[in-house]
Amino acid sequence: MSIIVDDDTRLVVQGLTGSEGRFHGLRNRAYGTNLIAGVTPGKGGQDVEGVPVLNTVAEAVSAHGANTAMIFVPAPFAADAVYEAVDAGIATVICITEGVPAHDMLRIHTYVHNLGVTLIGPNCPGALSPGKANVGIIPAEIFTAGNIGLVSRSGTLTYQIGHELTQMGLGNSTIVGIGGDPVVGSSFVDILAKFQADPETEYIVMVGEIGGDEEEKAAAFIEAELTKPVVAYIAGFTAPPGKTMGHAGAIISGSSGTAAAKKAALEAKGIRVGTTPTETAEIVAGIARG
Amino acid sequence: MDLYEYQGKELFRRVGIPVGDGRLATTPGEARQAAEVLGGPVVIKAQVLTGGRGKAGGVKLARNAHEAEEHAKNIIGLDIKGHVVKRLWVEQASDIAKEYYLSLTFDRGVKKPLFMFTTQGGIDIEQVAAETPDALVRLHVDPLEGFNPWQARRLVYGAGVTEPSEQKQIAKIIGQLYDAFVRFDAMLCEVNPLIVTPDGIVKALDSKFTVDDNALYRHPDIAEMRDEDAADPLEALARAKHVTYVKLDGEVGVCGNGAGLTMSTVDVVTFAGGRPANFCDLGGGGDAQGVVDALSVITQDPQVKAVFFNIFGGITRCDEVARGILQALDEMKLELPMVVRLDGTNAEEGRRILAEAAPANLHVSPTMLEAATRAVELAA
Repeated sequence: MSIIVDDDTRLVVQGLTGSEGRFHGLRNRAYGTNLIAGVTPGKGGQDVEGVPVLNTVAEAVSAHGANTAMIFVPAPFAADAVYEAVDAGIATVICITEGVPAHDMLRIHTYVHNLGVTLIGPNCPGALSPGKANVGIIPAEIFTAGNIGLVSRSGTLTYQIGHELTQMGLGNSTIVGIGGDPVVGSSFVDILAKFQADPETEYIVMVGEIGGDEEEKAAAFIEAELTKPVVAYIAGFTAPPGKTMGHAGAIISGSSGTAAAKKAALEAKGIRVGTTPTETAEIVAGIARG
Repeated sequence: MDLYEYQGKELFRRVGIPVGDGRLATTPGEARQAAEVLGGPVVIKAQVLTGGRGKAGGVKLARNAHEAEEHAKNIIGLDIKGHVVKRLWVEQASDIAKEYYLSLTFDRGVKKPLFMFTTQGGIDIEQVAAETPDALVRLHVDPLEGFNPWQARRLVYGAGVTEPSEQKQIAKIIGQLYDAFVRFDAMLCEVNPLIVTPDGIVKALDSKFTVDDNALYRHPDIAEMRDEDAADPLEALARAKHVTYVKLDGEVGVCGNGAGLTMSTVDVVTFAGGRPANFCDLGGGGDAQGVVDALSVITQDPQVKAVFFNIFGGITRCDEVARGILQALDEMKLELPMVVRLDGTNAEEGRRILAEAAPANLHVSPTMLEAATRAVELAA
């Protein structure tokens, strides 16, 4: 097993004919992901290197059995694309698009949670289950299959930690980038619950950053619900309040959302927090090797 | 994007929330003219994107146009927590019988808009929340359901407003505030104070308004309200060059790829005993132009004594980034010491390219911590 994406993934890419969608969609296919169709309204009947392009997601579901959608359409159309995928019956939606308005995400979040759909992102690198499927922009070649679940709000920082684990001979069950926006489809808690239920995942690494209170919620959830060991890393200890640090969601508002508060909340629940990405990988390696 | 009081009030006016009549002034002469046009006593209010302007002397009552001009002379140029006053809002003075507080915020924890209302307005709301939490009525709105009039009644009756005319006026303003919040993609709409005049008229005496940057594409009129002069000059330059940059107060320039890795790099510089000069995220790319743009912003800061490049190659390959860095150094003729740390895809090839070219001011370190330590030493 693994979570979110695996051998059963049947992927439709919304925005496959755009440059980014094409590049990453084909990259995902080259990795072994079962890419079955693309959707670009008005371009139905064309193909992208043999992948059929359709006008609607509904057609990808009814005629091709799509069960996972990846969204690469520009931000002004991303919310509509999520609704279309969910309405077509897609159970897992991964939205890579950056710059989706926060109000769009408030409505979408409420909508998908009411329906039990898994939405990852927006503004995220996607999900990779090494050896099975890659849906998104994660550089799969630096990861190997293994038993460590990795969940993060950041892309390159996750790659860094994953890469260090790989160099230590450790692999990952699934790597999930949940995205750097203030409101994302799946929170740390949502993904932690999936890792807890996944028999292949034995250890979990959670990579947080400043802004919001999802790490604090995760700390309480880990103590109450998780039996698997969790190691955390938090970025942004030296970030000034009121400044957006690259990610729209990475902002300290007043006195809330600081890295120090998150670290304290995690450590209060007995969760180890690394001071650098390297130290975090070393702590995980120490635990995984017993 | 934070708006000035007068800009927020303009948006309030568009949804029908009552605000005082006023004029913008940037010189004492304009302040005098504004007071003459408005007639009667006026309030001169410094327009700054920070709190505490009253205590700093940025808000003054003027009985006539002459006094308005005199106050304006004192307030223009005033430094309020690092914000220099350049704009004044001259507004007809309001008599105040009561001061209430009303806000609508983007509660990212609960993922719903949150109303807060209390009759204890005019003071810091965090103080009300801490000292008399029962006086503060909080109510979340389902973003799919939207606003319903009962919610306004819950807030008004819950906070103990007893005067029927006030109840009616405030309930209406609550609905209008929700309208403004959704219509203008706000992250925050705050009215503090929401006043009641001696003759029972309710109006917004101040405004605090933050609009979602990601939604500005659908509000070109609001996007134009941005005051580039109010931002740090380096941050304004970065915005013009589409470089993700935040000015910090140290000597080690930091450039990474990806927001999380760059934040982590800034942290590691601090752990190594140095002070980061900035946060600069190259984003997914690492091409020469991106590096040139980033370096041109970072090195504009006279405090910068060394630059630390921390790159993790994913889809972007380290050899490409290495070539980009060399090309940028060549084009810009920079002599500042640079420490480069490359990891990930094609890192060895990237390090080889840098070692071969070997510019005298370029140092390559294998790990984040070693590179940070080196950069801190070179900046000392």
